[in-house]
Amino acid sequence: MKQWRAIAWQDIKESIRAWWFFIYALIFGGTVALLFILGVTESQILGFMGLGRLLLTFIQLCVAILPVFVLVSTVRSIVGDRESHVLEYWLSMPIAFGDYYWGKFIGRFLVIFLPVFIALLGASAWGVYVDITVPWHLFWLYSALLVAICGCFLGFGFLISTLTRHQEVALSVSLVLWLVLLLFMDLILIGVMLQERASPELVVSIALANPLQSFRTAAMVLFDPRLAVLGPTADIILDFFGRVGFLIYALTYPLVLGLASAYTGFLIFKRGDQI
Amino acid sequence: MIQIKGIEKKFQRHPVLDGVDLFVESGDRIALIGSNGAGKTSLIRCILGEYSFTGDLTVSGLDPRKQRVAVLGQVGFVPQLPPPLRVRVEELIYLTAKLMHISVDSIRQVAEQLGLDISRHNKQIFFKLSGGMKQKLLIAIALARNPKILILDEPSANLDPEARETFFSLLAMMPKETVMLLSSHRVDEISSLVNRVIEMDQGKVVLDRPFIQARKEGV
Repeated sequence: MKQWRAIAWQDIKESIRAWWFFIYALIFGGTVALLFILGVTESQILGFMGLGRLLLTFIQLCVAILPVFVLVSTVRSIVGDRESHVLEYWLSMPIAFGDYYWGKFIGRFLVIFLPVFIALLGASAWGVYVDITVPWHLFWLYSALLVAICGCFLGFGFLISTLTRHQEVALSVSLVLWLVLLLFMDLILIGVMLQERASPELVVSIALANPLQSFRTAAMVLFDPRLAVLGPTADIILDFFGRVGFLIYALTYPLVLGLASAYTGFLIFKRGDQI
Repeated sequence: MIQIKGIEKKFQRHPVLDGVDLFVESGDRIALIGSNGAGKTSLIRCILGEYSFTGDLTVSGLDPRKQRVAVLGQVGFVPQLPPPLRVRVEELIYLTAKLMHISVDSIRQVAEQLGLDISRHNKQIFFKLSGGMKQKLLIAIALARNPKILILDEPSANLDPEARETFFSLLAMMPKETVMLLSSHRVDEISSLVNRVIEMDQGKVVLDRPFIQARKEGV
């Protein structure tokens, strides 16, 4: 077995036994169950009903809460191991820094992605079982969006984890990052736009550089191809990207951003003191 | 085997290693002594390639930072305090055996010699074991590798007298050419094992003598 695989597998086993994973899996698995119980499949929005409606609600909830969950639950991985001297012990073994770091990264990715993916898969499987039409194109698109969300915020989490020396600081930085991204979605940008302090193109560019906003818009474009809910902003986005182009952007840009952050974290981890 | 030339390590301008020079030959059994903050653990971490530093440090001619897998393949390490690993005992043994390319049985055998019956604790989480059990398991993992260099940072602190005696007899049975670096506050305890004493103070080597000579000088 390659060393990174051994580290990844170990991290998965440790995470599965941790409380945060139990709560994490319960929230996302429970959300799907709750949506079924509340009869979301019976309701309708913008022509979406049945399982499509449920998947849409689930992905919107994921876009809202998954980033902060991923950040909070992964930001302590490296810094936590360093503080508790776990890192000192593992790195006394003949393991390359890259195998340790990327093994942890891949292990954590699977741990955070699989519960949300299984929830999505479970909902679809239930749909097949009770004979509701399953919109498979949405299923695959949402799965890809979840990969992008998880990869993006996991990368941010690992970068913060290597930059900080204390778990509390890492946690605070991750919450500040999430808050800044949240503010630059709507609250600040709408104000800037209304006061005409910047060109609409610039404001939209800033918004779309924000992975939270690109996920949100991608989730919208799947059920609202003309992005009518965004008003005139939709023209700027769709004129520039087109619908398919925007979906490709929304799936690849955050993932590239997350991987670049994780790689920067790796360079910092490798260069400095590991413990 | 270990060559150290003028290594320096600072934390926020405060030197923790201040121009350390050392040459450790095959078969050296070293008692690394010094008060808290003298630089013993920092020196060990540099040898393990876990700290960046200025100066030259090679282990068997290899750089522990750039060729860490080759270097650490020769090293067995027991930390001062067992880390709170959240892994089952059987998982820890399996993983470390994989990483070190040794058999699971070799770890079990050493553990049994130390009085730890692993089969009774297989499913327990490592950090929930008693301090002594944790230390025995970490020692078993380190010794089972048959390392060329054994680095032990206060290794017997948590051991009961019987396990301590077994541990020291296991160390005494290690091949003659094995290098041992034992960081300890109790030189008397390891006196039968060592042939050289290195004392550190404020990041510097202040004494480096054969054990017999150091004893005569009252160290």
